[in-house]
Amino acid sequence: MSEQPRPRIAVLVFPGSNDDRDAALAFERLGAEPVLVWHAETGLPEVGAVALPGGFSYGDYLRCGAIARFAPVMNAVHRFAEDGGLVLGICNGFQVLCEAGLLPGILRPNASLSFVCRDVPLRVERDDTPFTARARSGTRLTIPVKHGEGCYFADEELLAQLESEGQVVLRYEDNPNGSVAGIAGVANREGNVFGLMPHPEHAVDPLLGSEDGAVILGSLVDAARNLLPAAA
Amino acid sequence: MKATVLVRPKPGILDPQGEAVQRSLQQLGFSVGEARVGRVVDLELDLGDSEQTRAQLERMCEQLLANPLIESYEIDISG
Repeated sequence: MSEQPRPRIAVLVFPGSNDDRDAALAFERLGAEPVLVWHAETGLPEVGAVALPGGFSYGDYLRCGAIARFAPVMNAVHRFAEDGGLVLGICNGFQVLCEAGLLPGILRPNASLSFVCRDVPLRVERDDTPFTARARSGTRLTIPVKHGEGCYFADEELLAQLESEGQVVLRYEDNPNGSVAGIAGVANREGNVFGLMPHPEHAVDPLLGSEDGAVILGSLVDAARNLLPAAA
Repeated sequence: MKATVLVRPKPGILDPQGEAVQRSLQQLGFSVGEARVGRVVDLELDLGDSEQTRAQLERMCEQLLANPLIESYEIDISG
């Protein structure tokens, strides 16, 4: 069997990102060609998807993700997303996408005020997204979280919209941070932008305790590969 | 011109930081009810008359200093 083509996936690097290399390594292992893109770039290279990694961009000043949204590269991410491009935000990347208005809601300090760092069980609510196509709705995935500000908040009106539009993609089975409705991951209305607090890039090898993260990242690699022009 | 922006968690929004402060004050023996923790931003600016300044400050709050989903803000302009 010939090797499948490797789609390029951009992994953004902000000052204070610290899971960028883990994400790149996971994408590489799952059959993609990761491209690290520095925050000061004004454009994106030719890629099939963009990932915003975890970390503490700009020291989490003001509110998590509030400053990163002004990085020059974010203008390009906005255009990419508006054109239907696939955008994934993990942890701090999720916070950045919320502050940038690319995803609804906001992440607040954990209800416990404690940093949580452990494997958590998640339920897949939607398997018809480019980020979860390798799963089945109702599947349980075990993926670690590690955050102090992962408490997802949406007011009543927004929450009702998220639920009725099916934008809740992942839910905690054992809510570790006080998120409303146990929300662990949400998509935008169009379904091409997705953010989650758990770290799939830390769960792609049995040595790490779980391979369930590969379900999420592998789905994105598949979706990016499907965008490649058919080989001659 | 100087301005002070006060940013607060909106009523009804869970404020775990405020709860921790409340518990700690109670442990110190102070009799306090609810405590809520916000943020103060002092700004120096030169934007013309105070009406214009206020309009600009409101835009600053909406776009960056507060997240309107969870926070309210108050603007105080001193000459």
